[in-house]
Amino acid sequence: MQQEAASLRQRGLNGWQAVERLFDTALGSRFNPLRHLGAVGVLALLLLVASGTILYILLDTSVEGAHRSIDALAAHPAGRLLRGIHRYAADALVIALGLHLLREFLAGHERSFRRFSWLTGVPLIGFVFVAAIGGFWLNWDQLGQYSATATAEWIDALPMLATPLARNFLVADAVSDRLFSLFIFVHIGVSLLLVFGLWFHVQRISRPAVLPPRRLSLGLVCILAALALAWPIASHAPATLATVPTLLRLDWILLFVHPLMDATSPGLAWALVGCGFLALFALPFLPQPAPAPVAVVDPANCNGCQRCFADCPYAAITMVPHPNQRIGRLLARVDPDLCAGCGICAGSCPSSTPFRRAAELVTGIDMPQSTIDRLRRSLRESIASSTASRPLVVFGCRHGASTARIEAADVSSFELLCAGQLPPAFVEYALRDGAAGVLVAPCRECGCEFRLGERWTIDRLLRRREPRLRAAAPEDRLALALAGKGDEPVLAAALAGLRKRVRSMPAQPGLGSRHHHA
Amino acid sequence: MPERDAIISARRGPLAWLGQIILYGAFAAFIAVFSHWPTYRHLGDNEALIKISFVHTGKPVSDCVQQTAEELAKLPPNMRAPTRCPRERSPVVVAVDVDDVNVLTHTAPPSGLSKDGASAVYRRLVVPAGERRLSVRLSDDVRARDKPYERETTLALVPGQVLVIDFDTGQGSIKLQ
Repeated sequence: MQQEAASLRQRGLNGWQAVERLFDTALGSRFNPLRHLGAVGVLALLLLVASGTILYILLDTSVEGAHRSIDALAAHPAGRLLRGIHRYAADALVIALGLHLLREFLAGHERSFRRFSWLTGVPLIGFVFVAAIGGFWLNWDQLGQYSATATAEWIDALPMLATPLARNFLVADAVSDRLFSLFIFVHIGVSLLLVFGLWFHVQRISRPAVLPPRRLSLGLVCILAALALAWPIASHAPATLATVPTLLRLDWILLFVHPLMDATSPGLAWALVGCGFLALFALPFLPQPAPAPVAVVDPANCNGCQRCFADCPYAAITMVPHPNQRIGRLLARVDPDLCAGCGICAGSCPSSTPFRRAAELVTGIDMPQSTIDRLRRSLRESIASSTASRPLVVFGCRHGASTARIEAADVSSFELLCAGQLPPAFVEYALRDGAAGVLVAPCRECGCEFRLGERWTIDRLLRRREPRLRAAAPEDRLALALAGKGDEPVLAAALAGLRKRVRSMPAQPGLGSRHHHA
Repeated sequence: MPERDAIISARRGPLAWLGQIILYGAFAAFIAVFSHWPTYRHLGDNEALIKISFVHTGKPVSDCVQQTAEELAKLPPNMRAPTRCPRERSPVVVAVDVDDVNVLTHTAPPSGLSKDGASAVYRRLVVPAGERRLSVRLSDDVRARDKPYERETTLALVPGQVLVIDFDTGQGSIKLQ
């Protein structure tokens, strides 16, 4: 049963990744909204806050004046733009939220070190819908009347209140200006809770991408603005409690729960929503595969440089005073609950350089399941045993394009926990040890399973970030291909290009020719 | 290398711009359509709505009892009230007939842990619009000492109308709004 569920989820993930690649084809992976769903949601929230602040200034918070003040906006293009952006940004937020949840679920991101982010994200779904539904009441048109009454009737289904909440909407006299204070509390108060909850949600990741890349942000804002002008939001007739609003232009993205209740019953609607939330909360506690082994620090080799601290995508590393008691000397400490086991820290460690003479390469921070020493030994043995005149070395990623598809007599390939696990010095080491060319293949931009692996790999190899590729490394013998899962053709093309390039190069003493290195 | 241009990646298709227009357009169309359409009708064309709602405290479940001198003597001095009244209230029973057909009979229990609070009711009844004979009965005393409150009337309900049946505690009568 558990295996079937895992297989189903894997198929879902494969399908999702195929759609992501399709979007990449048009937008490029860097500007693909499917790779920035959380940030797209935050952008929508920012638009909501900005437009909502102006709307609140213009809103007459009274039974008589609310509808009139909002309806007056329709007379001016700026008013239509403001109101349209406010509504459509809410729709965009819900869509981004739904897709974000689906993506993280399919990728199995509810478990292990991501459990905190998952659990703090689930309540945000509730906050988003409560704040969004509450917004419709402020206009106090027939749609607001229907939504407020339906919500009150829904809450009354819970045996909680001695007096039914729906009595507040029985007759016109029952609705007072004071009730608008409650509406505002629901709409604005819960929105503030949402912002506060978001802060918790990103607590356990370092360098959270709060906003999407500028070009994507601009595209989304333009789309919402165009929509607001081309398809302006119009109010229904003012609320009249003596009649039932019959024909409603319902926002199904935000208000679907009301028809759900009408079609079933308030109790069943509660059961469905409650079970949905319970399932989401329970997911991280269901039986899970064993978590990946976490990074291990070796105090004797850790010089306290803080590179691993800076590069860790999940803030799993803190710096503490070194036990050798030298003043100012620091030591990395790994929090096993936060560690993703990605190995990016090992790739950042200066002691991970393979040029060290020690027979066994013990680094300051390393992954027990895939040590830097083992990588050096495998690389050395593989190049030594190659019979090719110009052997090639490929460093790939376990979560990216499969290197098994490009196996050839002249190719030695190594799949790392993440491309970010590769210390840049290994490129030079491989070339000095006899490789004719080296191909490094992290995942697509913004497609790293561990968030920052591909970014740090690119920056290190482009000499923009420590540890940098040394200036002595022959750049023309190095290729860098961004190849995520399903990008095997990209990997093959990059390898073919590198092979062609190194064949045309003259042999260099000690670099690119077979040269034994201690 | 190391120039950013040297990085090999999946190329964007020759019709990438067209793809962008389609994807952004699909996103906009999805929002535009489902934020307005399909229009929703939660009450039929020729229907009206009756809401039966009241908050009313029923009569005590039993009479007050005069305490004897012996009983009073057993109590602390500050609790020696000559009569002892039950806190518990009667549930309120409401029945509604439309065109002489019973459409609702509901017993609303008193609220509170000691059952000494008000009984509350909120029910919706969808009825065909037109002339309807309405009969409402409300009983709030399990001792059946008083006659139930009653109201009978004939009303012309227009489509989409909301008729509220409430109880006016001050007047002690059923009111229609």
